Amino acid sequence: MKKSMQSAEIGEAGFFKSLAKGDGFTKLSLLVPGIGNIRRGQIGKGILFLCITALYWLYFFRTGLPVLEKLPTLGTKTQEKVWDEAQGIYVYEAGDNSLLILLYGVIFVFLTAAFLLFWRAAVRSAYKAEELKRAGRRVPGFWEEVESYFDTKLYRSLLSLPVLGVLIFTVLPLVFMISMAFTNYDRDHQVPGKLFTWIGLDNFRTVLDFNGAFGKTFWPILGWTLTWAVFATFLNYILGMLLAILINHRSVKAKGFWRFCFILSIATPQFVTLLTMRTLLQPNGAVNVLLREMGLLASDGALPFFTDATWARVTIILVNIWVGVPYTLLTTTGILQNIPTELYEAAKVDGANARVTFLKITLPYMLFVTAPTLITTFINNINNFNVIYLLSGGAPATLEYYRGTAGKTDLLVTWLYKLTIDNKDYCYGAVIGIMTFVISIVLSLVAYRRTAAYKNEEGFQ
Amino acid sequence: MKNSTARGSYRRKKKIRTVLMHILLAVLALIWLFPIFWIIMTSLRGEPGSYFTTFFPKKVTFSNYTRLFTETDLLNFPRWFSNTLVVACVTCVLSTFFVLAVSYSMSRMRFKMRKPFMNVALVLGMFPAFMSMIAVYYILKGLNLTEGVMKLVALILVYSSASSLAFYIAKGFFDTIPKSVDEAAMIDGASRFKIFYRITVPLSKPIIVYTVITSFLAPWLDFIFARVIAGADSRYYTVAIGLWNMLEKEYVYHYYTRFAAGSVCVAIPIAALFVFTQRYYAEGLSGAVKG
Repeated sequence: MKKSMQSAEIGEAGFFKSLAKGDGFTKLSLLVPGIGNIRRGQIGKGILFLCITALYWLYFFRTGLPVLEKLPTLGTKTQEKVWDEAQGIYVYEAGDNSLLILLYGVIFVFLTAAFLLFWRAAVRSAYKAEELKRAGRRVPGFWEEVESYFDTKLYRSLLSLPVLGVLIFTVLPLVFMISMAFTNYDRDHQVPGKLFTWIGLDNFRTVLDFNGAFGKTFWPILGWTLTWAVFATFLNYILGMLLAILINHRSVKAKGFWRFCFILSIATPQFVTLLTMRTLLQPNGAVNVLLREMGLLASDGALPFFTDATWARVTIILVNIWVGVPYTLLTTTGILQNIPTELYEAAKVDGANARVTFLKITLPYMLFVTAPTLITTFINNINNFNVIYLLSGGAPATLEYYRGTAGKTDLLVTWLYKLTIDNKDYCYGAVIGIMTFVISIVLSLVAYRRTAAYKNEEGFQ
Repeated sequence: MKNSTARGSYRRKKKIRTVLMHILLAVLALIWLFPIFWIIMTSLRGEPGSYFTTFFPKKVTFSNYTRLFTETDLLNFPRWFSNTLVVACVTCVLSTFFVLAVSYSMSRMRFKMRKPFMNVALVLGMFPAFMSMIAVYYILKGLNLTEGVMKLVALILVYSSASSLAFYIAKGFFDTIPKSVDEAAMIDGASRFKIFYRITVPLSKPIIVYTVITSFLAPWLDFIFARVIAGADSRYYTVAIGLWNMLEKEYVYHYYTRFAAGSVCVAIPIAALFVFTQRYYAEGLSGAVKG
């Protein structure tokens, strides 16, 4: 314990202080990371630093530099058909691949940032070793430092793999996609046949322009997305809570059984239940056929569940009640049981009926407790891909929307999916993703910061 | 006398209300269970096609189940099943380690970048997950993970690395383990790593069970990402895309009943695991040390 406390006092100096105050070897560490550590006897660490530095510079000159040169233009040489005299045929001569240049460029930026952090740490480490030596203390050996990664610095070892995974499969792709929003990588600029290039904020202007073909798609879809999120969130919330209250009622028998019936629909995979509902609601699906058999519809008639815009929207919201109410039931049952009974007794004495009790006691109490989760649910509904994609697939399709890429029930996320996967308009997809993100982040950062768990996380410890 | 009739009518009213409440619940439960029954009925149907006029099958048969597992030339359900099982098992081991590692660090240790890390994790969760799917695909291609069996490796990597962002529930659980337990062990000379696997992990059974099961389930449910990775090669489909594929126009007439049978085969274990997890989830939320 004591040893680690002492070394904590020494050598926690920042980068610039380390450079200014260090001796020759520490300063030399700026050019050759690791040299300072070797001088103070930390041979293993020093050699490790040297190796990392060598690897980076090898990468920099062999792969990094050529990419860096092309990054500002994203390539200039288009793929060409060239007459091959020897073979007597046209052959394609490979040009620049803008997509790969962009990807490697992003990777270059990431690696360089990581190297700069490492560099800074190396200089500080050299200065720390120097200080320890000067103070007459023992400089920790290689294995001692490795051991500290299982003790005081355990978090570094534990976090390294998960953080690496998130960097490679979440952050890097995200930066890559965001940078695409500033290029013209659409269906007319597909690699490897063509090049694409930086065009600044033009895509944002195209998407947000009220009068353009694209804006005439974006704004109505945004409107529907928000309408959908409001309905999906609050209807499910209120109805789910009413159901929970009903099951909680003291005269209801077999509470566990009723809850189980509803929970079963959450437990069944969504792609199974939603795809089934989709087939049930087709023009010739079971529901329409049954209605015809019962004589409620003409023999060729069909309710336009997914073929009329308004019908489709209402259908989706109703089916989503089926999907969402059990979730509310699951999450609110426990909280409802925790509402102090004195509140209800007092209301009863005052002669309040069930409706008033619900509106004046239950709802305000629940809103107070569950407000943060309610906002998270709202965000999740804005991004609710599964329900829309599996149920209607965005149908009915319409030509009012940009090149027919979206249907009347498409949300921003499903439109994003269609734009990128089906239509290869990557740059617009990226812009829509960014817009969705902006909406979500504004709403949810506010929400998360208000939760008691965030403010008061040490309360229990 | 008057008083007793009033009480009697009150009691009768109450009884009627109770009956009405039960009827309402029964109707609602039927609505909620209908699609599930429908699938089970469909999986037992002898007649092909996807449009039926009756709720109960005209001819009851189990051949949909047997054919699903034996006729594998065109659509190989057993293979998809084993693909998904392998992916799910490996993913579940990796993600559980990742989630526990991240949540332990965030909850039990204090370091400079802790709060920024947690905020960044929240912010990353706000982006539509598949916005970067194309980019992930290119990165996997660059790592030579998009051909043959490597597709399954790619799925494992993507699922488990994404799971480490979902550490908030486990962190909340670790927060409830009193710090004094750690401090006592530290005075006895235990290293942080030893505390992690000898004290914290054994105390965290409910949340570990919860994490294991949820990460095991993810590959069975996801079909968006699996579809992009698997592409056209049906040998490396997971169950979800395979079943989705059975509803494509060219298959739906002959395969609709087998789609239902496959769905039932997948849904039963998933539902069982889910219901089982709920208990641990509730326990996990209520904390490690009961007061």
